[in-house]
Amino acid sequence: MLELTKLDTVLPIAVLLLPLLGFVVLALFGDWIKRDKEESGAGWLACATVLIAFGLSAWTTARLYGLVAGPTGLRFSQPYLGFEWMEAGGFRVPFSLLVDPLSSLMTLVVTGVGALIHIYSLGYMAHDEERVRFFSYLNLFTFFMLLLVLGGNLPLMFVGWEGVGLCSYLLIGFWYRKDSASAAGLKAFIVNRIGDVGLILGMAFMFHAFGSLDLVDIADNAGSLAPERLWEFGPATIACLLLFIGATGKSAQIPLHVWLPDAMEGPTPVSALIHAATMVTAGVYMVARLGPLYHVSETAMMTVAVVGAATALMAATIALVQTDIKRVLAYSTVSQLGYMFLACGMGAFGVGVFHLYTHAFFKALLFLGSGSVIHAMSGEQDMTRMGGLRTKIPWTFGTFLVGTLAIAGIPFFAGFFSKDEILAAALGHPVLFGIGLFTALLTSFYMARLVFLTFFGTFRGGDDAEHHVRESPWLMVVPLVLLAIASAVGGFGIPLPGRPGELGQPEGWHLVSIPEIVGPVFRVGDGHLAHVAWLPVLATLTAIAGILIAYYLYLALPGARASIASSLRPALRIFAAKYYWDDVYNAFVRRVVIDGSRALLWEQIDARLIDGAVNRAGSMTKALAATLGPLQTGLVRQYVLLILAGAVALLGYLLWS
Amino acid sequence: MESPGFVHHAILLSLVLFALGVLGVFLRRNVITVLMCIELMLNGVNLAFVAFSRAHGTLDGQVLVFFVMVVAASEAAVGLAIVIALDRHKDTLDLDAFNLLKG
Repeated sequence: MLELTKLDTVLPIAVLLLPLLGFVVLALFGDWIKRDKEESGAGWLACATVLIAFGLSAWTTARLYGLVAGPTGLRFSQPYLGFEWMEAGGFRVPFSLLVDPLSSLMTLVVTGVGALIHIYSLGYMAHDEERVRFFSYLNLFTFFMLLLVLGGNLPLMFVGWEGVGLCSYLLIGFWYRKDSASAAGLKAFIVNRIGDVGLILGMAFMFHAFGSLDLVDIADNAGSLAPERLWEFGPATIACLLLFIGATGKSAQIPLHVWLPDAMEGPTPVSALIHAATMVTAGVYMVARLGPLYHVSETAMMTVAVVGAATALMAATIALVQTDIKRVLAYSTVSQLGYMFLACGMGAFGVGVFHLYTHAFFKALLFLGSGSVIHAMSGEQDMTRMGGLRTKIPWTFGTFLVGTLAIAGIPFFAGFFSKDEILAAALGHPVLFGIGLFTALLTSFYMARLVFLTFFGTFRGGDDAEHHVRESPWLMVVPLVLLAIASAVGGFGIPLPGRPGELGQPEGWHLVSIPEIVGPVFRVGDGHLAHVAWLPVLATLTAIAGILIAYYLYLALPGARASIASSLRPALRIFAAKYYWDDVYNAFVRRVVIDGSRALLWEQIDARLIDGAVNRAGSMTKALAATLGPLQTGLVRQYVLLILAGAVALLGYLLWS
Repeated sequence: MESPGFVHHAILLSLVLFALGVLGVFLRRNVITVLMCIELMLNGVNLAFVAFSRAHGTLDGQVLVFFVMVVAASEAAVGLAIVIALDRHKDTLDLDAFNLLKG
């Protein structure tokens, strides 16, 4: 057993502050670095801070696993930055972090995947004029994301939550001269603010109801709350539902999912880092982090599961008909996030986090791979203009294929394990299980479709484009290969050192699965699921079926596609219109917000009520002045007379009243 | 204690002095005359103070009179300075000529 040492409490703080240091240096000395001819110094500095942070957090994770368990069986430490943020009455927000299995795992994902994406960006952004700005934003994002996962109480987590939102906005609109990019950035920002209102209300309500916002306090005390049944709106239910609104905004769930597909306007490494691997999973992280509280409320759990399943299915169907390579992946991300929420809603928080973990690898890989394709195609994103790329960019193809097999759930790739466990968790609920399984079929179908359209068949982009196709530089290929390895073997678990001195524990390094690592955080049983032997077989057959259908429709029998498409036309039209969410929101904003503001708020309240009151005050003063003005003649002797009259009147009143 | 008749006469005299002062202030036009009439009003009040002081057998009224005298002296000094400024400004001391202070 290891005791906490000084180092254990200092290292997480160093992990947190390193990317911030990178950002500050890049932001302050960016111009100076730019004068350098090579101009790659900024990028390398950004990579170095995240890489070192990764090393430190890996060490922390290994140490943490060997620590003495706390009273609830959880191993954690709370590094304190040495000062309070707020203190008012009973309300106290210290600057303290929480390092436990869940947050250290998240830290590993953020810094690990983040470092690879930073390195990839060195190659991808090599020809962009504003690299320094790009890398400073990436570093700032990493800092806020680490603050989000390491924050020891909800307000501190919220700072990170808002910070990543800001960086997301800045990076989606990175190419701000493009109208669509800056509009997409705004859309992401505004939709997220709507969710954040729920989060803020949820925090306020939690403090009101439970008197604490400390994450350890909440998790420890949630068990003593009375369970709330379906449709019973006790304090836990209200708090969880409000917080879940925030989660739907950040993690792009119905009804606030509309920003994520548009966010693909940003540079591809941004899509990989922020909009696939890390930031969008913050909602899942928060729900899992407050798992003990969610577990109290049946209504909240059901809401999370239903919203997750509905989003998974809806986004997967939209992904079927997209032709933009990044949009397919964006809808796929929305769908997979829905999967994670489905797992959380079924009470399997560890499984949700497991899928978050594996998804970070394969979705980052797929996005970076698509970036490599786009790079090779000189900016083309339309899959209908690609085809036959597998021989031209073999490294990208190979790694992309691994990512596809992982997300489809082909056995022994990372996605297989986590998806299988999600389906196992949903077994108790036939409808949600059916949706999960059907979504798995759609997932493998649209991913196979993407691969077949992009890498197989003949090139459809024209001769001119074909000559320019070339493999990406090694700076982009190396992260792809590393992520492909992680996507292939990430499902088996993390190698950790044995706990010394424990009886029956094998000493030395051994593999520990993710649900087992994070299990103690949720304090709701060990979360072990009844594994049924037929489920992995069924899931695998479903995945293979999806790939085979795509193979027949897009490679073997393209003629059949047209006849199927025509028989499914009404459904496909809805998919292509993205279920009309954007149209409904546009109509709502135009009719209600803009027209309503004009007709009621502007023309009635502002122009008539407020302006009227101000103008009336002015005109009344003026009228009064016009009446009383002539009294003031400027003749001093007349004033004396008036004073005398006043004095006499006053005296008379005093004497005779 | 003086006889009530004496106080009665003193009050009447002070009333007459005050009334003369008031009349002078709003009937006369010369600034200096107006100032002098104000002095007249002050002295009428002073007389009333002294008379009541005598009638009650206390010193309060007499103390107040010294205050009034000091204020009257300062007022005369400031007032005469203003009169000189007014004369330099408009070459006249007719009160009705200074009528710009109005709405």
